[in-house]
Amino acid sequence: MWQGFPIYPDQASTIAQGVDHLHFFLTGITLFFTAIIFTTIFYFAVKYRRRSEDEKPPLILGSLPLELAWTLIPLALTVIVFVWSSSLYFRNARPPAASMEIFVVGKQWMWVIQHPEGPREINELHVPVGRPVKLTMTSQDVIHDFYIPAFRVKRDVLPGRYSSIWFQATKTGQYHLFCAQYCGAMHAAMGGWVYVMTPADYEQWLSGGAKGESMAAAGNRLFGQYGCVSCHIADGTGRGPVLQGVFGHPVKLQDGRTVVADEAYVRESILNPGAKIVAGYSPIMPTFQGQISEEQVLQLIAYIKSLGTEERKPAKP
Amino acid sequence: MSHSQVQGETSPRVHYLNTSYGIKSWLLTTDHKRIALLYLASITLMFFVGGFFAVLIRLHLIEPQGALLEPETYNKMFTMHGIIMIFFFLIPSIPAVLGNFLVPLMIGARDLAFPRINLLSWYIYVVGSVFTLVAIVTGGVDTGWTFYAPYSSVYSSTHVIVTALGVFITGFSSILTGLNFVVTIHKMRAPGMTWFRLPLFVWAMYATSMIQILGTPVLAITIVLLGLERLLHVGIFTPALGGDPLLFQHMFWFYSHPAVYIMILPGMGVESELVTCFSKKRIFGYGFVAFSSVAIAVLSFLVWGHHMFVSGQSVYAGLIFSVLSFLVAIPSAIKVFNWTATMYKGSISYQAPMLYAMGFIGLFTMGGLTGLFLASLATDVHLNSTYFIVAHFHYIMVGSAVMAYLGGIHFWWPKMTGRLYPDGWARFAALIIFVGFNLTFFPQFLLGYLGMPRRYAFYPPEFQVLNVMSSAGASILAVGYAIPLVYLIWSMRYGPIADSNPWGAKGLEWETPSPPPTENFEVTPVVTEEAYNYPTQEVAVV
Repeated sequence: MWQGFPIYPDQASTIAQGVDHLHFFLTGITLFFTAIIFTTIFYFAVKYRRRSEDEKPPLILGSLPLELAWTLIPLALTVIVFVWSSSLYFRNARPPAASMEIFVVGKQWMWVIQHPEGPREINELHVPVGRPVKLTMTSQDVIHDFYIPAFRVKRDVLPGRYSSIWFQATKTGQYHLFCAQYCGAMHAAMGGWVYVMTPADYEQWLSGGAKGESMAAAGNRLFGQYGCVSCHIADGTGRGPVLQGVFGHPVKLQDGRTVVADEAYVRESILNPGAKIVAGYSPIMPTFQGQISEEQVLQLIAYIKSLGTEERKPAKP
Repeated sequence: MSHSQVQGETSPRVHYLNTSYGIKSWLLTTDHKRIALLYLASITLMFFVGGFFAVLIRLHLIEPQGALLEPETYNKMFTMHGIIMIFFFLIPSIPAVLGNFLVPLMIGARDLAFPRINLLSWYIYVVGSVFTLVAIVTGGVDTGWTFYAPYSSVYSSTHVIVTALGVFITGFSSILTGLNFVVTIHKMRAPGMTWFRLPLFVWAMYATSMIQILGTPVLAITIVLLGLERLLHVGIFTPALGGDPLLFQHMFWFYSHPAVYIMILPGMGVESELVTCFSKKRIFGYGFVAFSSVAIAVLSFLVWGHHMFVSGQSVYAGLIFSVLSFLVAIPSAIKVFNWTATMYKGSISYQAPMLYAMGFIGLFTMGGLTGLFLASLATDVHLNSTYFIVAHFHYIMVGSAVMAYLGGIHFWWPKMTGRLYPDGWARFAALIIFVGFNLTFFPQFLLGYLGMPRRYAFYPPEFQVLNVMSSAGASILAVGYAIPLVYLIWSMRYGPIADSNPWGAKGLEWETPSPPPTENFEVTPVVTEEAYNYPTQEVAVV
C-alpha cells in the first residue's frame, strides 16, 4: 500500500515531466514563502513578546521600499510562472497532424470508446506507446470529464459538442482512467484503465478479439439504413449536397457565411439540419435528434470522412 | 427606549441585553447588536449541521469502498455540506455577525442606516435556511453545491428546486446587508472619522458589501434560469433543449468566484484588528492594506474563468483568465507581508485571539500560494477537480476564514456579552483546531497531485493511507470546534465580568461599556486620531 509513498503519479506521457517540473517549481515557491512567513511570525512572536504591561513599541507607519519589494518580487515570480505555464499549455493544446484518432462517448456511468478500425471497448482504452493519439469526445447526457492522471491530461466532455485531448504515451503499462466531473450517483464508478501497449501488441489487439466492422463501414450501413443515401447522391443529382470530398473543406452557406466541414458541423447538420444550410439547397432535411445515438453520429462522421477529403469539383449549384 | 445614564452602585447598568426581556423583544428588535446575536445563533446552528455532514463524509472515506453510506447518500452529504457551509455559514459569518455588531460601533454611529431592513435581512436568511433544511429532511439534493447543468436541470431526481430556492432567498439577505453597510459607512461616520481613519475591518466590510451588492443578483438570475429549465423545459443550459451548459458555468462562477472574497475579505479585516491590538502597534502600511481590499474586490470579478480551464473554454480565454488570476495573488501577498511586518518591534501577547490571528496568516499563506498552482494553466489541467482543489479552498475558507471568524468572536466576545471566557481553554482550542485542520487538509494536496478526483464515494485502494490521515485530522478538528461552543456558552452565565476594554485595544467600540448601551454611545464620539494609535516611544523609527 505504501510503495515508497509516491508524491507524484506515474509519468507516462510526453507532457507529464514538463508539468511535474512546473509543479515542483511552484511547490518550491510555496515552501519558501511559507517558511519565511512562519519563521518570521514565530521569531517576532518570541523576540517581541510583551515583557511589561506598559512597554511602548516604536512608531512605525510603513515603508515604501518594502511595500514595493513585496509587490514587485511576487509580481515578477507570477509573470515567470504565467509565461512558463502558458507556453507549456499552449504547446499541448493542439494535437500533431499525424495523430491517430479514437472516439469517446461518455454516458452515465461509463466510457464507450470506439477505434476507427472497429474495436469498441467500455471503460478501457488501449493505445500504442510512442504515437500521438487524439481523442474526440462527446457526452450523451450530462457533463463528464476524461482524466488520465499518469498522462496529466483532463478535459470536460460535454453534451452537444465535441471536445478533444491528445497525448503521446511514453511507457507501456496500465494507468487509471477517471471521470473528473461529478455526473451523478455512480460518478466514482465511471472509470477504468488505460492500457499502453507496444505497437506490435496494439496491432495484435486491434485485429484480435471480436472483430466488428470498422467505424466507417458501420457509418456506411447507417447511411443506408436512415435513408441518407436517397438524397446525398454522389453524382450530384440528389436533393442534398454531395458529401464526397467535403470533410475538412470550407462550405459556402445559404446566408453567405463559410464554415469548415469538421466533426462539429457534420454533427450539427445531422441533428439540427436547419441551422446551417449549404448554398443552393433547400432546408428539407428532417432532424435525426433523438433517433440516432452519439456513437452512431460518430460512425456517420467516420463514413463521411472516408468519402475522401479531396476538394470536389463544383457540382450542381 | 432606555437610556444608560450614570447608574448608582446598587442598580445594574442598563445595556442592550437587559434593556428589555422576552422573545418578542428579540424577534422584533431593530438593534444591530441584537440582530448580530440572532445571526450568531442561526449561523452557529447551520455550522454544526454542515459540520455533521463533513464528519459523515470523512468517516465514509476511511475505507476505499466506502465505509458508511450508499453512493447516492454520499453525494447528498457533500452537496449539503457545501451548500450549508458556503451560503448559510461562511457568507453571512463575519459580515452578518461581527459586521452587524461592529460597523456602527467602529464608526461611532447609533445603528445601521436602515435598522428595519437589517431585521428583514435576518428573516430572509431564516426563510432561506428553512427551505434548505426542509430539502434536507425530505430527501436532500445531490448536484454538488455548484449545481452544474444539465445534471441539475434535467437529470437529478433530488430536491434541486427547493434547495436552489433556499439559496436564492438567502441571497437577498446578503444583498440587503451589503447595501446597509455601504450606506452606513458613507453617511454615518462620527465627526472626525475620515475614510483613512477607519479601522481596516470597516474597509474590508465595505469592499465585501460591494461584491455582495454587485455579484449576488447574478446568482439569483442563474438560479431562476435553472428553475425555468427544470420546471418548464425552457432551453437555456441543456443542449438537447437548445441551451449551452457552459453558459451556466460562466454565470455561476461570475458570482461564485467573487463570493470566495465575500468569505475571505472580512477575515482579512478581522486579522488587521487582531494583529494591531496584540502587537500594540499601528498597522504597517495602512494605505496598502486598505487599498489591497479594494483591489481584491475589483479583480475578483474578472477571474471567474479560471474555474473553466478544462471545460471547453477557448485557449485564449484561458490565457487571459490565468494572467488575471495571478494578479489577485499580489494584493493578497501585500496583506500577508504587512500583517507580519506589523508584529516587528511590537509588544506581542498571545491571548487566544492572537493565536487565531497567527494561525490565519500561516494558513492563508499556504492557501494563497497553492492557488498559484490553479491559476497556472498547465498544472491546473492536472489538478482541476481533484482533491488538490478541495485542499486549496479549505485552506482559504476554513483555515483562513473560519480561523478569522473564531479569532474575531473571541476578540469581541467580551464586548458582545460583557463576559470573559477562560483564556487557557481558548488557547487550547485554537491549538487543537490548527493541528486538526492541517492534518485534515494537508494530505489532500498530496492526494490531488496523485490524481484522486473529488466527489468520489469510493476510490482506488492506493489512496487509502492519505484518506485515513485526513479523516483522523477531521476528528481532531471536530473536537476543536466543539470546545469553544462549550466554554463560550458557559461564559455567558458564569464568566467573569468584562470591563469596557479588556485587551487595551484602540477603536471606538472599546470606548463604550461592555456590553454597550442600546444607543451605543452616550455622546456621539469625536475622532481626533488615526486608527490603531497605540502609545509609542518618543522616537519615531521608520
